[in-house]
Amino acid sequence: MSIYGRGLRGLALTTVATITVAFTLVFFYAPLDADQGFVQKIFYVHVPLAITALCGFVFGGVLGAMYLRTGERKWDIRSYVAIHMALIFGVGTLITGAIWAKASWGHWWIWSDPTLTSFLIVMLLFATYQPLRFSIEDPERQARYASVFAVVAGAFVPLNFIAVRAAQAYVHPRVLTLAGGNLPGSMRLTFLVSLIGIALLYSTLWKYEMAAKSTRMRVRALRRTLLGDDAVAPLKRSAAPL
Amino acid sequence: MRDERAPGPWRTALTVLRKDLLLELRGFETLPAMVLFALTTFVIFHFGFARDTIDGQLAAGVLTVTLLFAAMLGINRLFVAEREQGGFDAFLLAPVDRTALLVAKALALGVFLVVLEVIAVPAFGLLLLGPSLGSRLPGLIAMLALGDVALAVIGTLVSAIAVQTRARDLIGPIIGLPLLIPALIGMARGLGPVLAAGGSGSPPGKWVAILALYDVVFALLAYAVFDFLLED
Repeated sequence: MSIYGRGLRGLALTTVATITVAFTLVFFYAPLDADQGFVQKIFYVHVPLAITALCGFVFGGVLGAMYLRTGERKWDIRSYVAIHMALIFGVGTLITGAIWAKASWGHWWIWSDPTLTSFLIVMLLFATYQPLRFSIEDPERQARYASVFAVVAGAFVPLNFIAVRAAQAYVHPRVLTLAGGNLPGSMRLTFLVSLIGIALLYSTLWKYEMAAKSTRMRVRALRRTLLGDDAVAPLKRSAAPL
Repeated sequence: MRDERAPGPWRTALTVLRKDLLLELRGFETLPAMVLFALTTFVIFHFGFARDTIDGQLAAGVLTVTLLFAAMLGINRLFVAEREQGGFDAFLLAPVDRTALLVAKALALGVFLVVLEVIAVPAFGLLLLGPSLGSRLPGLIAMLALGDVALAVIGTLVSAIAVQTRARDLIGPIIGLPLLIPALIGMARGLGPVLAAGGSGSPPGKWVAILALYDVVFALLAYAVFDFLLED
């Protein structure tokens, strides 16, 4: 079993348990929002998804930098999986955000909200990661260029938030300020458990995908050893890195 | 372990820059296309808005967007000669600092942008802008200069990435545009008050600062990662 498979079951069970606890808290413990009512509960999914996705993008950039430093393929594959998962979480963020916006502001999309807008720009940038990657044929160059992109785009995430935030007035509920926020205690507890749950979900999926990729890679290597080079089909040029 | 006779990075950069400008002067491949593109875009905006003159934030947006898209044409072509005629290999064989290529290409793109603006901005003043340009020029030039740095640096980085891909004409803009959005916001918002009918003619300090910060950060980033784009 590869190193990515080790502890995967424990991590998966912890994730399931944490998310179960989080949803129980969301529905039975956290008070209804005085202003928005039941709809506000989507906050406990939306915001953790957004935070996890952004951290995932930056994480992918850090892993890309590790690839550039060491030149070992595994760092590039880790970076690829990190960005891939963060993109999926990002799509979830945009969908839950649109639902929340429709329910509380009456529109699916609000331009005057900097957090929403900058998140969209970050998503637009990272959506080009895979087209870039798969239009480079040489695997070594693919890894190098994808890592350069990951580093630049990872650094772009905070910069973009500064620029967009400066451009617009605050509409987004600013629940998470550095000063400690203005959430009541029960809501904050629920939110933190949800955040931990979603972050654990991200880690589980990342580890799972890495385990799948490294297993597939070992299977290919074994087949090649046992059956000869002809038995293993070459990778398609637009295939995800194995 | 640089050879005694190897030129320093600045001299290398200036040599490559001279080569690029000479190539452009002899062939006129990129700049006329950028200028024509910008002029045509002004005409399109005129009909699109169905207005004879614009000012303020709208004018700033039109000018910024036009320059951005015209710059994209230059960005797409920046490394094409190197790729197609073996310039990359020749550069890697030469005993010179690799970062010099980044500096040279960013300067070349910067020169293209300045020439583009020297023609396109007065044309914009004639064709579309309501208030007269005269007193607004210092603020306008300051904002455009800061914007050009961002366009040149990010454009060079993106161009160097995109030129090695199969679909480089597509990859360049789709990566470049999101990366340039913060610079675009800074330029457009900074130019808005400059081009306003009754405005003071000077850009708000906040946007000058944000644009300058963006320039510096991306210049450092490009400097840090550019070497990896040339290794082979």
